Amino acid sequence: MSLLVVESAGLQTTVQDFGREGFGALGVSASGAADAVALRLGNLLLENKAGTPALEMTLTGGTFLFPDGAVICLAGANFGAQVDGKALELWRPHAIMPGKRVVLGATRDFARCYLCVAGGIGVAEFLGSASTHLLSGLGGWEGRALRKGDVLPLGGLEKNIRRRKPRAGVLEQLKPEKTLRVTLGPQSDWFLEEAWRTMTSAEFMVSEDSNRMGLRLDGPRLAARGKAEMISEGTPLGAIQFTPSGQAIILFVEQQTTGGYPKIANVIGADLHCVGQLRPRDKIQFEEVSLVKARALWIEQQRLLGSEERLFA
Amino acid sequence: MRFQAASDQALLVYLGEEIGAAVHERVVRLLRLLQQEPIAWVRNIQPAYCSLLITFDAVAVDHAEVQAKLSEYETRAKKLPAAKARLVEVPVCYGGAFGPDLEEVAAQRGLSPEKVVELHIARTYHAYFLGFAPGFAYLGDLPDEIATPRLETPRKEVAAGSVGIAGRQTAVYPFATPGGWRLIGRTPLEMFRRDREPMGLIAIGDQVKFRPVTRAEFLAARRA
Repeated sequence: MSLLVVESAGLQTTVQDFGREGFGALGVSASGAADAVALRLGNLLLENKAGTPALEMTLTGGTFLFPDGAVICLAGANFGAQVDGKALELWRPHAIMPGKRVVLGATRDFARCYLCVAGGIGVAEFLGSASTHLLSGLGGWEGRALRKGDVLPLGGLEKNIRRRKPRAGVLEQLKPEKTLRVTLGPQSDWFLEEAWRTMTSAEFMVSEDSNRMGLRLDGPRLAARGKAEMISEGTPLGAIQFTPSGQAIILFVEQQTTGGYPKIANVIGADLHCVGQLRPRDKIQFEEVSLVKARALWIEQQRLLGSEERLFA
Repeated sequence: MRFQAASDQALLVYLGEEIGAAVHERVVRLLRLLQQEPIAWVRNIQPAYCSLLITFDAVAVDHAEVQAKLSEYETRAKKLPAAKARLVEVPVCYGGAFGPDLEEVAAQRGLSPEKVVELHIARTYHAYFLGFAPGFAYLGDLPDEIATPRLETPRKEVAAGSVGIAGRQTAVYPFATPGGWRLIGRTPLEMFRRDREPMGLIAIGDQVKFRPVTRAEFLAARRA
């Protein structure tokens, strides 16, 4: 069995796949990769299954030793990866020779970089997924972020690397944007009309106090009108809620499954991967689209992501 | 029955507009039918007090189709026989280091700590739903006399097994997590275990009763 040795872990590095959707009745949120598009492309470039477990690094990457070698692909943000001082290009399979280490640094663009390995990271599944859920300490590698000294088993399917790369235009088409498209939330009518105008015209800034559970936004403070107390209900991924003090929060992959704050809007499915690539202090805006338009964008994106012919040369 | 689009891939189904046993019974029945006869395009079901949030495969169906199917399910769910509620007993060591907010709750409500405990154990609670964290069951309704708002500043970490109250709800924290509920005691039981079936000690629709135990009994149960 081949191994991956964590020599330094980076800011927050966890094992993630597509998550464990479907356990809401147990109070379990799906978790999973914050940028599922990058995870998918990274894996497919290695000819892994799209949802093979990989390492998700946040803002600053780590140093990983491969005593037995491996074939890897880096996807998502550019953390300046190197082997022996030589840069490793993103979105390409690379053979790492036995005893070599992959060194990553601080991000140069977005929030999350995925280190995918041919054969995947070998961790036990919990409720059908290898994803780490940090709040409850379940899933992934011991239910926590990686630490220096951790030694992870690799799936280790030895195979030759094909020189696969994304087709021209594909990465541009899937590039994380800072304008997030939203549909009206279930309590949008709890807010005054001008609140919606503010919502879709003002600039918000991602707060330092953001994580996989949710992204807090600094910006206009919008409050629901009246004093009506909302009854807690299920909260969709990407819901934008305002707390009574007027703080906006985008609920994300490790979200609470229910909540009692009014939800003014919801990020559309086709833009959720963009949320996963937002960094603290990023300035963002929201643009309204209809449910019909949102669904059309989702179907278009799913068709592209499901077609290896359209994705790769 | 009322429907509300929640996102481009999720629909909220409201079966009433107030917290109570009757509305919740409809939520549980619809959930049961959806679990007994799963629909291929349903990705997740999140029940709550009066509603279910249905996340669906938006490539396969749109909101109107989901709505039509759920209306049909709800009609049939209403005719299901009532499920036998399980009774779950939760031993709790109240006060002291295990219940750091017991004195404060008592003071706020003009009661003795003993009276708060007496009121907390007097009632059989209804498990409305699980949320917040795996195995975290929202139990109600707490007697009015001890209803107390959440802490203004949540604790960064609440010990696993802590029993808290917030408004007219009470719950046990299954894991050491941040938390804003007022803590009045702690149970030695493990609320969520991945090697158990079901994993959660409390499931939606269960009846829950708290039983006071001494510190010695708590520690003995922990060792067992």
